[in-house]
Amino acid sequence: MGSPRYFYHVAGKMIPWFAISFLLTLIAGVYYGLFVAPPDYQQGESYRIMYIHVPAAWMSMFIYIVMAVAGVISLVWRIKITEITIISSASVGASFTFLALVTGSLWGKPMWGAWWVWDARLTSELLLLFLYLGIISLYSAIEDKRVAARAISILALVGVVNIPIIHYSVEWWNTLHQTSSVTITGKQAMPTSMLIPLLLMGISFKLYYGAVVLMRARAEVLERDRNTRWVRELVEGEIK
Amino acid sequence: MNPIRKKRLYLIGMMVAGIGVAAWLALNAFDENLMFFFSPSEIAEGKAPTGHPFRVGGLVSNGSVKRKPNGLTTAFDVTDNAETVTVEYTGILPDLFREGQGIVVLGQLNESGIFVASEVLAKHDENYMPPEVADSLKTAHDDGVNQMQQQVSAQ
Repeated sequence: MGSPRYFYHVAGKMIPWFAISFLLTLIAGVYYGLFVAPPDYQQGESYRIMYIHVPAAWMSMFIYIVMAVAGVISLVWRIKITEITIISSASVGASFTFLALVTGSLWGKPMWGAWWVWDARLTSELLLLFLYLGIISLYSAIEDKRVAARAISILALVGVVNIPIIHYSVEWWNTLHQTSSVTITGKQAMPTSMLIPLLLMGISFKLYYGAVVLMRARAEVLERDRNTRWVRELVEGEIK
Repeated sequence: MNPIRKKRLYLIGMMVAGIGVAAWLALNAFDENLMFFFSPSEIAEGKAPTGHPFRVGGLVSNGSVKRKPNGLTTAFDVTDNAETVTVEYTGILPDLFREGQGIVVLGQLNESGIFVASEVLAKHDENYMPPEVADSLKTAHDDGVNQMQQQVSAQ
């Protein structure tokens, strides 16, 4: 089940499904978000940047949690596939964190009057970006990839304490950043017509992550197993 | 689960718990520094720092915004519905600045107790709604206020 060869084939079959459903939900979400959802009474049209900002921020935390869980499994059971999951996720997570920070900054200037403030939410999210970058650098700095995977598993676990801090920062401390508009308990802070595109984009971004992490993991599997028979046979088959 | 794995899992649990406790202690120690702003009540209680600039956050009191004749200076009250701080600011205000809006101002208290601000930021809340809904809410609110005023004047 967890063998790299089996994973390589199953992942190859799953990628198109993730990619197609990503594109469909993306088109639906962007169309609904830009053309169907009503403007906001205070912010007018510029609130629509939240359809990128909020799902990107969700992903920045979601991917980190996936990496931390994969880190526990890697450290305890030494499974190659979960080790590969961590490093394949890191750059996607870093990109989403960067996207959340940039879109937030673009929104902050007209709405707050500042590109950046050092409040608890913004600072902890910036720390998350540095954690991702640290994980990527640490992995590439260590030659032996099994050792590197163990090192980044530990770093991913150390950093996971930052996730609840990011999430609750707007409640624990006074921040300029507003509190969450979408909660599991279902407090209605926006009408359904504004919420639907937000959720569509949230699903879309998750599907994107699914497709990309599988692609990256497949490449990593091939690189790690480059000296094994199944990879050689696969490559020879491709050449013929 | 074999004993080696059990031990590893236990060690990981200990590590995460340890870091969690350390982070919790550190954040508690720096609690005051992590506050982006102080409320007018906290200033009244003397919790705000003296001698260096800090931020005050609250709502702009209704009817308190006064523009000075020189043009760019604005005076207004910031309230948390318990205490009020009078703020003076020279400069351009953000788009969302209006009476009843949540804002955060950076500055210092002068001798006469007026908060002289060097920066005004608008704080947006988590609520989003279409303009029609906001209008009808406002109309309903105004109607309610009118009705109550009529009832009071009828008595």
